[in-house]
Amino acid sequence: MGELKLMKGNEAVAEAAIRAGVDAYFGYPITPQSEVMEYLAAEQPHKRTGMVLLQAESEIAAINMVYGAASTGKKAMTSSSSPGISLKMEGISYLAGAELPCVVVNVVRGGPGLGTIQPSQADYFQATKGGGHGDYHMLVLAPASVQEMSDFVKLGFDLAFKYRNPVMILSDGVIGQMMEKVELFDPIPRCTEFNEEWMLTGKTADREKRVVTSLDLDSAKMEKHNLDLVAKYKKMQENEVRYEEFQVEDAEYLFVAYGCSARICQKTVKIAREMGHKVGLLRPITLYPYPSKRLNELADRLKGILSVELNSGQMIEDVKLAVNGKTKVEHYGRMGGMIHSPEQVLCAFEEFLLK
Amino acid sequence: MDVKDIIKPENLVYERTKNLTDKALSYCPGCGHGVVHRLTMEVLEELQITQDTIGVASVGCSVLAYEFMNIDMTQAPHGRATAAATGIKRCWPDKYVFTYQGDGDLAAIGTAETIHSCNRGENFTVIFINNGIYGMTGGQMAPTTLPGMKSSTTPYGREVELMGNPIKMTELVAQLPGTYYVTRQSVHTPANVRKAKKAIRIAFENQKLNKGLSFVEIVSNCNSGWKMTPVDSNIWMEENMFPFYPLGDIKVNGELVTK
Amino acid sequence: MNEEIIIAGFGGQGVLSMGKILAYSGIMRNLEVSWMPSYGPEMRGGTANVTVILSEERISSPIINIFDSAIILNQQSLDKFERKVRPGGLLLYDTNGITRHPERTDIDIYQVEAAAESARIDNLRVFNMIVLGAYLKLKDFLKLEHVIEGLEKSLPPRYHHLIEANADALKIGMNIVKPYSAELAK
Ligand SMILES: Cc1ncc(C[n+]2csc(CCOP(=O)(O)OP(=O)(O)O)c2C)c(N)n1
Ligand code: SF4
Repeated sequence: MGELKLMKGNEAVAEAAIRAGVDAYFGYPITPQSEVMEYLAAEQPHKRTGMVLLQAESEIAAINMVYGAASTGKKAMTSSSSPGISLKMEGISYLAGAELPCVVVNVVRGGPGLGTIQPSQADYFQATKGGGHGDYHMLVLAPASVQEMSDFVKLGFDLAFKYRNPVMILSDGVIGQMMEKVELFDPIPRCTEFNEEWMLTGKTADREKRVVTSLDLDSAKMEKHNLDLVAKYKKMQENEVRYEEFQVEDAEYLFVAYGCSARICQKTVKIAREMGHKVGLLRPITLYPYPSKRLNELADRLKGILSVELNSGQMIEDVKLAVNGKTKVEHYGRMGGMIHSPEQVLCAFEEFLLK
Repeated sequence: MDVKDIIKPENLVYERTKNLTDKALSYCPGCGHGVVHRLTMEVLEELQITQDTIGVASVGCSVLAYEFMNIDMTQAPHGRATAAATGIKRCWPDKYVFTYQGDGDLAAIGTAETIHSCNRGENFTVIFINNGIYGMTGGQMAPTTLPGMKSSTTPYGREVELMGNPIKMTELVAQLPGTYYVTRQSVHTPANVRKAKKAIRIAFENQKLNKGLSFVEIVSNCNSGWKMTPVDSNIWMEENMFPFYPLGDIKVNGELVTK
Repeated sequence: MNEEIIIAGFGGQGVLSMGKILAYSGIMRNLEVSWMPSYGPEMRGGTANVTVILSEERISSPIINIFDSAIILNQQSLDKFERKVRPGGLLLYDTNGITRHPERTDIDIYQVEAAAESARIDNLRVFNMIVLGAYLKLKDFLKLEHVIEGLEKSLPPRYHHLIEANADALKIGMNIVKPYSAELAK
């Protein structure tokens, strides 16, 4: 068993970055995720692994530092919270266009605008539908525990390099700020070989020059590039869908929830079952690609689905697309940094699905 | 004599300006932000320009400045206050416009906006609170954090080789042709408060001349972020901040002050 | 075994660190733990609270609205959380600064005069450990040893010399905790 520690979700991200052999972290302070950079600063990762840590002058600068480092094949990451992620969106679009790997962590807070520093899941659309300009997707992982905050940094980089695509870890103020037991994975050394043909390492006489760009003024070529991206996203849909199920076997009703809402719903399932309601929970772990197939299968025998999210109803659109009218789909969620309690979810279930 | 006798109107020696609301300040006790709020609001009242003034709050501890300042204000995204002020002033050239920004806001994420607003010679006033730290987010390094100074992202002190040098934004913008008045003040003693108020007053009066941007830096304490008592933080500020950020006028009437 | 606790008081009273030590103690007993704080700058000098859950099973929601136990250190928190203790649950509070005492009769209520006691022994910093000691006395799933092990694990070695004073404070808390009856007080 790996080392056991009690950590905040944000600290687990930072420790995992060092252990995952990340080459560079670039950040800018924002609540509720500042502990990521603070933990790294205290740990002095350059002494532990040689990892670079830099506080940038803005989120725009930070994501472009990631872009630069990623162009050379380095494992680069950044983290922020909602307003800062909006600023990074331009850069993320360029990373996706240039097919560069990186991990971006969003510890979501309530919006729009400056909003609130309290937890929220209001950035679901931004994360899963592109977020920046142009036709692209990030691969989106949604941790529901401090353990997953750690594990998904490593998984995130594996996927980012496998698909040469930005990966977002879509967390929230609850998972970022809470402490739980984490089993830390064994450190993996930083990569020292940069021999894939897209990585900029300096042109030598024995090879052609390499270019990292998202630009192509020839529309036919650009369309070909778009089609390649589409094919890549299709592959992700075939191979990378991840989800977890609780008490779904005999369920008549289903909660669909991710991140902190999934944790809350787990408790609601328990209370509801004690009351005799056959309820289960499906927790998407990847939000893009989405577990649509599984939901569609389940919909055949469900009396109704409640999409529980800390927003005004964003993921519910993916749930509805997945079940395609086969069963009733309703939404419940608090906003503005308010968090639903398990009992409130139960009331919503009774009101929207049982009545 | 009881209290009622003492608080008779004819005994009044000081009154809070009507430009401040009744709301209790949310700043830490001992913080300089509150004093600068008061001075700015008093100046507007004394110049009788409240009705013609539009303020721009930034993102930092003073993000809620509009709760305390009883004037028309907007609240800009982090770093973009001078861009927002440009938008206002260009549409309302006869209004008095000012931004109220921290060092993280003005000198890190908003550097480009700051430099270009100054360089374009936008005819508004910038009030710049330099406390050498990000107060709002819990004491991280700011672009102005001194070499060796501890913060939550420089727990072993700012190492210049790794984290870069502190930036003297005020000296920098003084070099730009678009600035008309550039000064650095503090509010940690009564004498300094008076000087700072005078500087803020000039910075607003200048808007009538239409000759460019007026930039008032206030070197201030962040006792919470520095993890000191208010009194200790003021002593520390005198001993450490002032040698690096010397007080006084840097540019007056469009001319650099030679010392 | 599943224990869901709210600890609430002023920022600076050591609310969050008490919760952390409790969570660490749970780890020493091989329990699952979660620690969810209130956070943000609005806490400056304001109220602070933390939800700690200790359980033999995997913990579902870290956010809860009804608690098995409430450890309360100021009036605002008493007003807010007294009604959120489940019937039959525990409310432990420090009487310092309390003007309206608890009124419920369907829960167990205990007092610990930790503020007064920490002032008496001239060590205000162990205030929260006295409170934690009182809680330990009332709950048998955690022993003093678990908390001391938890302290060893959570404190960096350079602070280990403080463990003894903390252990003493825990014992003081165990000794001075006393029952309170809202019924009798009426
Ligand atoms: C885009 C964006 N990034 C980050 C933040 C978080 N944030 C809020 S205030 C602040 C720093 C403010 O520091 P400063 O300007 O020095 O003002 P002070 O709080 O010290 O008065 C930061 C980084 C934000 N609100 N928006
Ligand atoms: S954190 Fe610092 S800048 Fe902010 S109010 Fe407190 S003392 Fe002032």
